Amino acid sequence: MKYACELKRSIYIALWFILLTFPIMVVKVNTIENVIVWRWINIAGIGVGAFVLSFFWQLYLRKKMTSQQTAPEKVSILNRLIENQKIYRLALFIAGIFALIFPFVFSHYQVNIMTTALIYVMLGLGLNIEVGLAGLLDLGYVAFYAVGAYSYALLNYHFGLGFWTLLPVSALLAAFFGILVGFPVLRLRGDYLAIVTLAFAEILRLVLENWNDFSFGPSGISNIPRPGFFGMNLTLEQSAIYMYFLLIALCGLTIFVTYRLQHSRIGRAWVALREDELACQATGIDKTKAKLTAFALGAMWAGIAGVLFAAKTTFINPASFTFMESAMILSIVVLGGMGSIPGIILAALAIILLPEYLRVFSDYRMILFGAALIIMMIFRPGGLMADRRKQYEFHRSDIINKS
Amino acid sequence: MNYFWDLFLGGLTRGSIYALIALGYTMVYGILQLINFAHGEIYMIGAFTALIVASMLTMQGLTGLSVLILATIVAVLYAAAYGFTVEKIAYKPLRQASRLSPLISAIGMSIFLQNYVMLAQTSDFLPFPNLLPQLNFLDSISSVIAPSDFIIIATSTAVMIALTVLLKFTKMGKAMRATAQDQTMAMLTGVNVNRVISRTFIIGSALAAVGGILIASHVGRINFYIGFNAGIKAFTAAVLGGIGSVPGAVLGGLVLGLAESFGTGYISSDYESVFAFALLILILIFKPDGILGRSSQ
Repeated sequence: MKYACELKRSIYIALWFILLTFPIMVVKVNTIENVIVWRWINIAGIGVGAFVLSFFWQLYLRKKMTSQQTAPEKVSILNRLIENQKIYRLALFIAGIFALIFPFVFSHYQVNIMTTALIYVMLGLGLNIEVGLAGLLDLGYVAFYAVGAYSYALLNYHFGLGFWTLLPVSALLAAFFGILVGFPVLRLRGDYLAIVTLAFAEILRLVLENWNDFSFGPSGISNIPRPGFFGMNLTLEQSAIYMYFLLIALCGLTIFVTYRLQHSRIGRAWVALREDELACQATGIDKTKAKLTAFALGAMWAGIAGVLFAAKTTFINPASFTFMESAMILSIVVLGGMGSIPGIILAALAIILLPEYLRVFSDYRMILFGAALIIMMIFRPGGLMADRRKQYEFHRSDIINKS
Repeated sequence: MNYFWDLFLGGLTRGSIYALIALGYTMVYGILQLINFAHGEIYMIGAFTALIVASMLTMQGLTGLSVLILATIVAVLYAAAYGFTVEKIAYKPLRQASRLSPLISAIGMSIFLQNYVMLAQTSDFLPFPNLLPQLNFLDSISSVIAPSDFIIIATSTAVMIALTVLLKFTKMGKAMRATAQDQTMAMLTGVNVNRVISRTFIIGSALAAVGGILIASHVGRINFYIGFNAGIKAFTAAVLGGIGSVPGAVLGGLVLGLAESFGTGYISSDYESVFAFALLILILIFKPDGILGRSSQ
């Protein structure tokens, strides 16, 4: 039989998984009443699941082995679509129209979800400056987000300042905090940088949680005002729509700025820094300046997103700024394809919207998310749309025409 | 003085458990340059398995040392099996990928395992029986050191000595050290790198399970989320000592445990983790490669 070898292996793997998951999936002890619940049915599920998955995995491996010699450098379908100017413009046009009519077609609830997703688009694009462009692996990005949200909430609470005054102030504060974090980590490489940023974020969260006089502790701050609209009184639904358009506008700004940054002098310096620090220094790039600007600019967007988050939910507490949040934002950047703006937008929308619409599986949401991260990394390590550097091609005809 | 001594012992106890878990991080990092985020979850699964086995045995009427030994053996075996499987699923297909891909896959695995245990078992805290044996000869020194502290420190010291012997004097240890230094070169000299990596995961996971049982017995309750905090602390310890270095992980764990213990004892008990992280940042500013880390230059 053609697949005998694969079938045999799959059976072994299925048996292995049955054994592996036995104590946790089958046995459930109740230590208070001293009874054991045996859930034998789970064994069947695990066995069949492991068998089927491993069978397909091996078929995939076999196919990959046989096709490896012939396959040229693969460019994903999404990439090819986006590089086709006509389709790209059409897609942009449709997306634009959709974004404009969205709040008038869909319900209040869905507008709210979309607004949340847009906040994550901003966060993803901001983190992209640090991780995707400058190659600074930041596991504590949520700290800057928290700085933005808390500076809006606290300055508003104490001084009664409004949204539009505090938006730039909070953004600057977050950028300043970014530089503050950036300074000590200038000398660190790769993973040391990752753990220090994580440490900063955890310290900030723990301080916010415990310093009751300053941040109102775990109970958080409520009644944060929504942004004003020329002094008009908006109903809840109107203000949701207003918030939505505000985010569309600010996301547009973020996209524009990050796009321009990416191809600017400093953007190219970041990419050089990411690729090879030594070579980058040798070409005369100020490493310190490049790293600090990456931190400051990345943090600034997180700060803005934080203000918007606080204004949208009107309530913040430290529980919103855990490491899971950082991991989520980092997943957006990596799943989208580091450095690729359309990829990150797509990934942010997918990661935030899909779980919302999969409420049926609400218990299984996180486990599916975890599995999806692993599967994505195995099959598409470059992300949904890998960033492709601008290529300058040499055409003979150009030279002939000139001369 | 007495207060100081108590804090010192508390820190040492806590630190030796951090060190046990940190060893798994540092060994994996030494070979694959990968932060194995799922390591904390392996530790949690070890503790859960021990709890399940111990409760089953107690219901059969067994007591005392036999429960401890059987539960430990099963938990260590299971944790090792989980470590092995996790590597095969989440990291092995990504050997050739860029640095960030395995990291994301590890975060995914960590989320997956947490929710797997939560869904299959429970999201509540479960009481964990105190499995540590009541040794009579320890009563005589109980004025100096609490018996449970003594057992934890002694066990982890023994395990760490065993690991050092394994790494220094066996053929397998030599292969592991060679792979950590230079993977390609090790491969050329006939080391089966895939097997070495599998073994590293197995050993690291087994150590984590031992740590899991010790700390769960000490604290007295577990839930699916304990792996996260312990994992972050242990990772911090590994980095503090210089990631990739085995003695560094032990030293880092102890320093971290002591810092937390003295910090909570003398300054404020609300900021336990803050002391650990602040110390980490301070040390890395002055020694960017950790206390015992190899310099990158």
